[in-house]
Amino acid sequence: MLTVFLQFLFSGLTVGAVYALVGIGFNITYNATSIINLAQGEFVVIGGLMMWFFSESLKLPFLVSVAFTIVTAGIVGLFMERLTIKPLKNPDLLLMIMITIAVSIVLRGLLMLSFGKNPYVYPSFTEGEPVSIYGAIIQQQTLWVIGITGFCIIVLFFFFKKTITGKAMLACAVNPTAAQLVGINVSKMVMVSFVLSAIVGAIGGIAITPISLMEYDKGPMLAVKGFCAAIMGGLGSNRGAVLGGFLIGILESMTAGYIHSGLKDAVALIILLLILFFKPAGIFVSKTMLQLRKF
Amino acid sequence: MLILKNVDIFYGKIHAIKRVSLHVNKGEIVTLIGSNGAGKTTLLRTISGLIRSTNGSLVFDNLDISKQSPDTIVKKGISHVPEGRLVFKPLNVEDNLLLGSFNWYSFKNRSEIKNDVEMIYSIFPILKKRKKQLAGTLSGGEQQMLAIGRALMARPKLLLLDEPSMGLAPIVIKEIFKYIVELRNTFGLTVLLIEQNARSALRIAHTGYVLETGRIILQGPAEDLLLNKDVQRAYLGRDVDYEI
Repeated sequence: MLTVFLQFLFSGLTVGAVYALVGIGFNITYNATSIINLAQGEFVVIGGLMMWFFSESLKLPFLVSVAFTIVTAGIVGLFMERLTIKPLKNPDLLLMIMITIAVSIVLRGLLMLSFGKNPYVYPSFTEGEPVSIYGAIIQQQTLWVIGITGFCIIVLFFFFKKTITGKAMLACAVNPTAAQLVGINVSKMVMVSFVLSAIVGAIGGIAITPISLMEYDKGPMLAVKGFCAAIMGGLGSNRGAVLGGFLIGILESMTAGYIHSGLKDAVALIILLLILFFKPAGIFVSKTMLQLRKF
Repeated sequence: MLILKNVDIFYGKIHAIKRVSLHVNKGEIVTLIGSNGAGKTTLLRTISGLIRSTNGSLVFDNLDISKQSPDTIVKKGISHVPEGRLVFKPLNVEDNLLLGSFNWYSFKNRSEIKNDVEMIYSIFPILKKRKKQLAGTLSGGEQQMLAIGRALMARPKLLLLDEPSMGLAPIVIKEIFKYIVELRNTFGLTVLLIEQNARSALRIAHTGYVLETGRIILQGPAEDLLLNKDVQRAYLGRDVDYEI
């Protein structure tokens, strides 16, 4: 009984970690621009598929592949911002969000053309016996996923709370005019936020692919789940996205295990609805904070 | 220090500013008065680079700033306290001040920046009391002080103030104007002040300009404008704000 429960818990934590990373990706762009970047899921897919390309197809060493994958994702984020967001004459929030949907569709198309429709996989980061706790099996890759997520969270927390660049990014989202007047180059900050969120997404993709495989159209579902995670904790709060991500992951795997696996994807959406009905600000964002932001 | 010559600004087809020339000398408080929609804010936003002028020249410290971006202009020494204050509401008071120093912020300068923050706190002690509070929860007067403090953190040579009295109670307005004079006297700051509250502005200023529908119609020493019959009739009223 306990064994089965633990098994579900661990698999929930694994997917939850990725949802958390996607949620954080949403927060980064949101905190710098107030845009919800719905191409966030595609960044994860790019991470997984490019990692396969560099490590399996080109047979590059592990760390080199990781570096190249991150750089590729960063470049995609950069081009996305420079080609679609920056040229806008009248940056309207809703318009920009729709543009990100368009970009996600284009990216998915490109990924399908270059990688086909098959799922891809590569070996775990480390080989070795899985760890066993009360009979439940934890693959080593699971530990990697959780560890990497934790590391990203700590780095980003430090970046946004302690560095002036992080605070400046937030200032850009709150009030671009005032940000310009204190000498912040707003357009540069927006660009950096897109690059950063692409990189965070790609890291999630790199880590998860050995466990859950990666194919070109995984993006939208990941984006929905990650969005739920971000909304649940309160948009803009990374702490909240992490908690939300893990919670959704665990609930999903419990539902799949104890009730029916077909209901798995419904869980996140039901949670999303409940949150929007009863606590739209999310768990970690206070009412005052919500009023102080325009969106 | 700041010289505007024959500046024209268009909003689409609307000719908002018409051949405006203006001089701000070092150490002076210059005020630009005029009614709503005269183009005061537009002119200020052009100086800080948010809007581009169509014609004319804007020279600051012998440097043409008409094509510079807002962040470069801040680096050159012009700080703008915008209309409506525009503090970063979800950030706390201290972070707002730190962001003011963004253009010269670096790890190396951090002790100097800390000193500057303390200096701002000594000018506006109320901000020190509120330093961990979110800026959006401050009162209007406190937000105005924060906005001025944030602008000072950039270590400006010229401070642009856009309607600092807007939406404030008369007693608070009086206090804010007292601070402006103090800043000029203690730090030798040059100030370009835009006001609808013409009487208060002219009282503290050295030179005044009157802007009407995009044109400068009058200019001169502030005390002369204060006594000028036309200005009195159009902008000062009789006893409306005598107590200020």
